[in-house]
Amino acid sequence: MSMKKLIALLAVCVMCLFCVSALADGMAKEDVKVGFIFLHDENSTYDLNFLRAAKEACENLGVEYEIVTNVPEGQECYNKAVELCDGGCTIIFADSFGHEDYMIEAAKEFPEVQFCHATGTKAHTVGLPNYHNAFASIYEGRFLAGIAAGMKVKEMIDSGKITEAEAKIGYVGAYPYAEVVSGYTSFFLGVRHVVPSATMEVTFTGSWYDQALETEGAQKLINDGCVLISQHADSLGAPSACEAAGIPNVSYNGSTIDAGPNTFIVSSRINWVPYMEYMITCVLNGEAIAADWTGNLAAGSVELTDVNAAVAAPGTAEAIAEAKAALEDGSLKVFDVSAFTVNGAALDSYLADVDTDENYTPDTEVISDGYFHESEFRSAPYFDIQIDGITLLDTGA
Amino acid sequence: MSKPEKKPLFHIVKRAPMPWWKAWLYRGLSIVLAMILCAVISLIMTGQNPVQIFTSIFNGTFGSPRKMWATGQNVAMLLVISLAVTPAFQMRFWNIGGEGQALMGCLASAACMITLKSVLPNWAVICAMLAASIIAGAVWGLIPAFFKAKWNTNETLFTLMMNYIATQLVAFFCVFWESPKGSGNIGVINQSSNIGWLPVVGGQKYLLSILIAAVLCTGMYFYLRFSKHGYELTVVGESEKTARYVGIKVDRVIMRTMILSGAMCGIAGFMLTGGTDHTLTTTLVDGRGFTAVMVSWLAKFNPVWMILASFLLVFLDRGASEMAQKCKLNSSFADILTGIILFFIIGGEFFINYRLCMRHSETKEGIAHV
Repeated sequence: MSMKKLIALLAVCVMCLFCVSALADGMAKEDVKVGFIFLHDENSTYDLNFLRAAKEACENLGVEYEIVTNVPEGQECYNKAVELCDGGCTIIFADSFGHEDYMIEAAKEFPEVQFCHATGTKAHTVGLPNYHNAFASIYEGRFLAGIAAGMKVKEMIDSGKITEAEAKIGYVGAYPYAEVVSGYTSFFLGVRHVVPSATMEVTFTGSWYDQALETEGAQKLINDGCVLISQHADSLGAPSACEAAGIPNVSYNGSTIDAGPNTFIVSSRINWVPYMEYMITCVLNGEAIAADWTGNLAAGSVELTDVNAAVAAPGTAEAIAEAKAALEDGSLKVFDVSAFTVNGAALDSYLADVDTDENYTPDTEVISDGYFHESEFRSAPYFDIQIDGITLLDTGA
Repeated sequence: MSKPEKKPLFHIVKRAPMPWWKAWLYRGLSIVLAMILCAVISLIMTGQNPVQIFTSIFNGTFGSPRKMWATGQNVAMLLVISLAVTPAFQMRFWNIGGEGQALMGCLASAACMITLKSVLPNWAVICAMLAASIIAGAVWGLIPAFFKAKWNTNETLFTLMMNYIATQLVAFFCVFWESPKGSGNIGVINQSSNIGWLPVVGGQKYLLSILIAAVLCTGMYFYLRFSKHGYELTVVGESEKTARYVGIKVDRVIMRTMILSGAMCGIAGFMLTGGTDHTLTTTLVDGRGFTAVMVSWLAKFNPVWMILASFLLVFLDRGASEMAQKCKLNSSFADILTGIILFFIIGGEFFINYRLCMRHSETKEGIAHV
């Protein structure tokens, strides 16, 4: 008898739980599973940053997850996405720009699954309620990393190692498009914030991950007389080349101090944990995920690693903290139009291509109140202007 | 042989042909041995249960109907490129340029999809894509054949280098047609209008690729076995001098066969860009042009066996990536296991055709068999 009662009681409890979850229209933890699609594996600093965040976010919230690495930007991405859906995933996350179109194809087929894509541009116009983009205001992180670089260059000038005119830095970029242009420009503006005479040379590799080309690119910049190197490409090519040549390096995606103990200064990175926790929490609570989500310094999405005191100039951490506070209270803007010129003139108006269309026609005025509003109309960067002081050595083609 | 002299520990002797059941016994045995070695290595290196590892390898292909369709499409693509390189191999022309020939097909298809989308109706765009892909692949095959026929250049190096030229051409056009500007990425072509996308047959995305591969496979079987062309290229392969003696125009056969080889690779490119991926990247062919060499040889140039060989390689590849995913291992580990299995399979073929003669047994058996 008592056994039967117990079973009945349990059954009632379970039903109550179901009712509660049905009322909230959310999902139980056990029913949520996240599938991650990554372009490379942990050998790429970019993917490693995502891999760590994925594990951390899912473990924090206690949900199941599955990770697929080395998924190329083609039909394979679609195949993996739909296979993960078949395997019971309720959220699919992809990390590479070229995955976007295939994620959209899969999202059309699985309307009940949420598809979240980092760095993409189409979610706010494609009209699919289950397809979302996310990015962070990494230009703020790059700017702060630029301050650290500027402090180092200033130290070189003050010690008489170089003259003000020789304050030339180098940057190894992947592709010459907005995400990279916005990154190197904000980094450069950070350097200029400390050393107004600084100039920069940029070379492109035409690949997100190519150790040989990145090493070669950094080497070329060093031979050209650049006194400090930073990069936006995902291998350890540039940090290693800097270490070999004894040239200070400002990194990206996370600390590369192991590859350059004597040259690494600091690294900016996007911390994806806040976004991943956000998307999972939305699904757990039955809330809609924003079509286009931008993380920032305050949300903890944009971070700087610890400054390597052995290499950085004295006072670097303080200078970063000061600029960070100013960025957060709004008194300092990265793309303040009074801080840069284009073809010798200040910029007072710019139409950016925010709403992606087939011909990429500019559609939105992004300069107002004296600064360029980066990542405000869309999470993915759209600053693609060549400003004075930056020389492009090639186009990466 | 009876003269006492210092001899190596063993040497290799060609076997007399084996009965078919014995050959298959060898093949089965080599796979079993490979599996055992893989299990031991997995256990030592990862501490994971080998049964779980093998289950996930199996699930990579048979885990769900969708996976089986995707496997079918992968097999079809590998099969088409393997069929394409086969007539050249049969002729003993080492065409290792399948990758580049297929990539040129992709490029030609993508070019039609992008430039003709607002000029021609959908069906005409698809016809243009097919024609352009065939021509592009054929030209890429003909160039090394022409040089071989006229000046006896080394076709292995020539076809190999043509791959790199094709890759660079595609890289150029990826930037030329990139969107957004600067990204070096074309993305899905005509995603909203679907112009130039091959129709979906029978409600299954990948069925059309499988059907095309089946038709090409049957066609190639009859071409090699029963056509005059097939006979001629086999004779050229056996002995060029004999071919000349019996009046076969060797130069023409070489060029004709390579046009066919390249054209079929071009069709493979058309199927990739028009049928499934709808994009253009330098890695679109995904090394199939090289894997095809192994498929063709494993199947001894027989189109029917090639279906099995393609399936085996796709099965291993998909199983490896599934295993990496489910057992949370790096995909390089999966590649190690694939390598072991292939090594044993090729080793099995070796022992079907040859045997080792140890020093002491040589006088008895070595002579008797040779």
